[in-house]
Amino acid sequence: MKRHLLEAADLDRADATLVLDTAAQIDQALAGREVKKLPTLRGRTVVNLFYEDSTRTRISFELAAKRLSADVINFSAKGSSVSKGESLKDTALTLEAMGSDAIVVRHSASGAPHRLAHWVRGSVVNAGDGTHEHPTQALLDAYTIRRRLGRLEGVRVAIVGDVLHSRVARSNIGLLHTLGAEVTVVAPPTLLPVGVGSWPVEVSYDLDAVLPKADVVMMLRVQAERMNASFFPSAREYSRRYGLDARRMSLLDDDAIVMHPGPMNRGMEIAAEVADSVRSTIVEQVGNGVSVRMAVLYLLLGGNEPA
Amino acid sequence: MNYLIKGARPYGGDPADILIKNGRIAAIGESLSSTSAEVVDAAGLIALPGLVDLHTHLREPGREDAETVETGSRAAALGGFTAVHAMANTDPVADTAGVVEQVWRLGQEAGLVDVVPVGAVTVGLRGERLAELGAMADSAARVRVFSDDGSCVSDPALMRRALEYVKAFDGVVAQHAEEPRLTAGAQMHEGNRSARLGLTGWPAAAEEAIIARDVLLAGHVGARLHVCHVSTAGSVEILRWAKGRGVQVTAEVTPHHLLLTDACAESYDPVFKVNPPLRTDDDVAALRAGLADGTIDAVATDHAPHAVEDKESEWAQARPGMLGLEQALSVVVETMVETGLLDWQGVADRMSVRPAVIGRLEGHGRPLAPGEPANLLLLDATTRAIVDPATLASRSRNSPYAGRELPGRVVATFLRGVPTVLDGKATK
Ligand SMILES: [Zn+2]
Repeated sequence: MKRHLLEAADLDRADATLVLDTAAQIDQALAGREVKKLPTLRGRTVVNLFYEDSTRTRISFELAAKRLSADVINFSAKGSSVSKGESLKDTALTLEAMGSDAIVVRHSASGAPHRLAHWVRGSVVNAGDGTHEHPTQALLDAYTIRRRLGRLEGVRVAIVGDVLHSRVARSNIGLLHTLGAEVTVVAPPTLLPVGVGSWPVEVSYDLDAVLPKADVVMMLRVQAERMNASFFPSAREYSRRYGLDARRMSLLDDDAIVMHPGPMNRGMEIAAEVADSVRSTIVEQVGNGVSVRMAVLYLLLGGNEPA
Repeated sequence: MNYLIKGARPYGGDPADILIKNGRIAAIGESLSSTSAEVVDAAGLIALPGLVDLHTHLREPGREDAETVETGSRAAALGGFTAVHAMANTDPVADTAGVVEQVWRLGQEAGLVDVVPVGAVTVGLRGERLAELGAMADSAARVRVFSDDGSCVSDPALMRRALEYVKAFDGVVAQHAEEPRLTAGAQMHEGNRSARLGLTGWPAAAEEAIIARDVLLAGHVGARLHVCHVSTAGSVEILRWAKGRGVQVTAEVTPHHLLLTDACAESYDPVFKVNPPLRTDDDVAALRAGLADGTIDAVATDHAPHAVEDKESEWAQARPGMLGLEQALSVVVETMVETGLLDWQGVADRMSVRPAVIGRLEGHGRPLAPGEPANLLLLDATTRAIVDPATLASRSRNSPYAGRELPGRVVATFLRGVPTVLDGKATK
């Protein structure tokens, strides 16, 4: 493993598989236990440095670190020196001086974790940067697919929605490709980046045509405000052409699953009856997120001792 | 003081001595002698006319923490320049005779290079109504180049009027070609790399659309147009087409667009953030070819100093721009001379002669010949050195060439017969 986890490309196939296998071991070790805690990272300090509000991701990382017995500091940009104009670099050096072993960073600027990694000696974990990447989301998605379908090699994954602005999509495309899955991105052309042709994916504008051939449908959150910048004419037209409703769900294979990184816009990209169906892995993804983040922190900080 | 430069190679040709008397070149020839002149040993050095920059940001008034007229002048002299055009996006904006005269006077006081103020096209660079262009032209600063650089004069009707209006005093509008609606929030060249890096793209078409519009307007009203920092292959094609039709258009390219590509953005190091952005290998090749065949008239630095806190940040928060004055000639040697695309006459033409003509500067861009003003530089083209920002004369450190080995070193620069640089060091 590299020292940092900044993007999916930091993981080769062996590393990515190691993370997923470690998450599985952690799940096994904790299954049925009343006290869900391992002593592995006792005495180590993990800082959650969140420049963007994301309660669910922060709680997931916090829980992961605590279950490994690490000390956790939550440093949110609001109400701290950061909002008073302290630079990212000064904040990084301050946290380092306080003895942080790992910084988990969420930031609205693409590349902020890369800059951070340039300035600190400890490990940096990207918890989502701008429209760039969110690698632990991709790991938990891969873990969820493997648990449900038993494999990743050759699995056909459709990623549907606002690919242009999605860090989840970028990380998933990278990681799923590394792990041998076949990815198709489905979106209106306005929500695909110029340059999508250089990605290891198929591109489609037609969701109905893709669904029958998909083992996994990953729905991305679409902000209704995008229509104000003419990415699409209206929320209604978006949802009619690219939303996953019950009719579309019926086009899927019997074993196919439906994923969503959350938070969902019910009625926009996903209908309530789909989100709540047996195909949906949405609740499972949340639980898997903690295990996968434990695996990442363990492998970055704990070295090679058994979990 | 008079100077006798011994053994220099004018335009890279055969060695000759150059005698400088009373601010002018008195003689060029073999084995010159003079009892009154100080001798400068220039064996093996290439002599070129002093360089002229059409595009420099000196930051004074307003951001003296990033650069001043004096520190920028020193950087320019060390780069071999004898004249620089100071862009108008200062604080206050150089949109009145008062501000351009202030900048001009600061340049005179520094005395290292002729600082030629550029006047804003519109009041406050806001793109709404014309600044008092005539007053700036008639001022002591004698402004001939007008630019809202940093912003594009995007309103086509206003651009047409500006092009027409400056004809009265043989002025030129230097356009920063950037369609603002196509570049909202843009961070880097839009292409494969921006897609992967998740940085909002700056499409080539946003530059090319404005250049296409402006050459049509300039042709229609019979006015001079200058295009700042051309960065795409498509722009070169449009310029070639317009020049073929007889439009009075000129264009510049920066050293960084001749050397660097959007691959630099992969580090997310904002030292590589610049506007227009670094483009692709194909664009770099087209820019070099365009400069070689004269479609692009000039190399201009777009020297853009920024304080540390404006660059040591997240990419999106950082200000665009990079230093250029001290490495411009080295980059041209690397990209144009060592590649065989330009000879030394060509370098003199693109970095001195043509920019002086575009800016209507008298006394600059003149040939190395007896009777001409002694504005010249001596270059050691044989050495290579690694760029260390800490050693630069600029007050800022945002050099994209840090750690890169580049050829050539300016050994001396003369401004009207007075050395501003000797032995590679500024004289004041
Ligand atoms: Zn500009």
